[in-house]
Amino acid sequence: MAPAPVTPARSAGLDARIRKRFAGGFALEAAFHADPGFTILFGPSGSGKTTLLECIAGLATPDAGRVAIGPRVLFDSDRKISVPVPARSIGYLFQGLALFPHLTVEANVTYGLAGKPAEVRRARLKEILESFRVAHLGARKPGAISGGERQRVALARSLVTDPLLLLLDEPLSALDAIVKSKIIDDLRAWNTSRNIPIIYVTHSPEEAYALGERIIVLESGAILAQGSPQQVLEAPRHETVAQLAGFENIFDATVTAVREEQGTMRCRLGSSALELEVPLLRTEAGWATRVAIRAGDILVATARPEGISARNTFPGRLVSLERRGVTVIATVDSGVSFEVHLTPSAVEALGLGPGQQIWLVIKTYSCHLVTPAQKMTGLVDAR
Amino acid sequence: MNWPAITLSARLAFTVCALLLVLGLPLAYWVTFSRWRWKFLVEAVVALPLVLPPTVLGFYVLVAIGPRSPFGRWYASWSGHGLPFTFEGLVLASLLYSLPFAVQPMAAAFALVDPSLIHASQILGASRWRTFLRVILPLASGGVVTGGVLSFAHTLGEFGVVLMVGGNIPGVTQTISIAVYDQVQDLDFTAAHHTALLLLAFSFVTLSITYALNRRIWAVWPLHQ
Repeated sequence: MAPAPVTPARSAGLDARIRKRFAGGFALEAAFHADPGFTILFGPSGSGKTTLLECIAGLATPDAGRVAIGPRVLFDSDRKISVPVPARSIGYLFQGLALFPHLTVEANVTYGLAGKPAEVRRARLKEILESFRVAHLGARKPGAISGGERQRVALARSLVTDPLLLLLDEPLSALDAIVKSKIIDDLRAWNTSRNIPIIYVTHSPEEAYALGERIIVLESGAILAQGSPQQVLEAPRHETVAQLAGFENIFDATVTAVREEQGTMRCRLGSSALELEVPLLRTEAGWATRVAIRAGDILVATARPEGISARNTFPGRLVSLERRGVTVIATVDSGVSFEVHLTPSAVEALGLGPGQQIWLVIKTYSCHLVTPAQKMTGLVDAR
Repeated sequence: MNWPAITLSARLAFTVCALLLVLGLPLAYWVTFSRWRWKFLVEAVVALPLVLPPTVLGFYVLVAIGPRSPFGRWYASWSGHGLPFTFEGLVLASLLYSLPFAVQPMAAAFALVDPSLIHASQILGASRWRTFLRVILPLASGGVVTGGVLSFAHTLGEFGVVLMVGGNIPGVTQTISIAVYDQVQDLDFTAAHHTALLLLAFSFVTLSITYALNRRIWAVWPLHQ
């Protein structure tokens, strides 16, 4: 299929299919498509996110696969195509930013414009510095500006060459939320006119929620899930996704009863006697699975709740309360240990204190069934 | 003061230092960035003069450039005279002898350049050559200066190799260190003192300058952000 002539080259999507094995046994095997706009690449450290970006940019060579931006093929192992890094027209924001320490902000930003006429360089420099609000820093060196300013300069440097694709390797992880969201706003504004695919690597679920039109979850070199952030994170079918997405409670569970006509089933948690009603996933009693529950989705009552729609109400003993910022983290023993998040005012209103007998309330649909991750079994059992 | 020996030594040291900057930079670049599996052999050869007795190195160089070797015969038929006991012969021997003093500081400095800066340069469309000139060389300038200064100072002070290859011909191959040896042999301790002190002072000053320069480079920019 030939690309429509009216479509400008830079609103083309990225197609990547990459296979790469390493001597230590780690293997990366991933295939995905990224449309113009933000795509979040989400995964724990060591999952292969950076290697994936490096293969796309050409800094690492896949054993097999294909990388293309729209009709432009950058790598194809079958056809023995591998466009050299400097000719790929890709913007890459490194984790450490990699600003040239010996060059001024201006020289850093115009570095990629070598060979362009002086007036073009000047115009582009001015435009991009203004887009990212760093025009006043032109003569300074990277060592003499703040962390947020460095991020902005690095973004300006990656984008001044008008790349066809932007790769961001956890670039904003060190910044506070306000600085971060302002930079993202400027990046979005810049991309409304360019409309290029932006692959954004992060391990922060907040960032994934805030940014992504689309999210790809990577673990141990393989893609576990992809889709909209809501689809991927709110109904996590995989334990790694659940942990990354901030599910504080993850339990081993055994299916004890299946109520097919109701669309639910009952699961016994760990080795306790506690059973929860969860959404139906597999119709097989005795099947071992895991249940993930957000700490913020659990309600606390001081007496047994009556006339309530939630199907799971059970008693527990309040073991501890720990205030962290505006959240109170309660640990509750109900045969298994639950982490429950409350507001300070709720703790005050209920007069909660350690040792107290309370009731926990969990909706059926707050219980997410997840596929156990082989590698993390021990880690999760510690709960 | 033995001025012919001093000027000869200075001429030799400048020539060798200049040639080593030209030859040493690409060699150091290759040693740092090559992924060739037998690279360690080249590294060992480059470093050999550090541990080899100068007489051994000088002996082999003398044999290699002598009239019985193919290279010596070729050179003699090309230039009309042999290499042993000439200034050119001294230059060749000194190049080999001072090679590690130039290459090792340069390679060490290249290796300290953050690889992500080199990657960033490539991503921004720069060729290897431009990356070298604009990123690697400026950030490794301390090591390059050190390599140059060390090879200069080391050539100035060499004795064994020069004696083996060049002999002791005043005005042609008699360097400053050989002159000191000559003066002591002649029991002319006053002259030997002057010459030796000159070498000592010079070596100390160049090394001090080198270390001071390198220190300032570290102070201006910490290695990692």
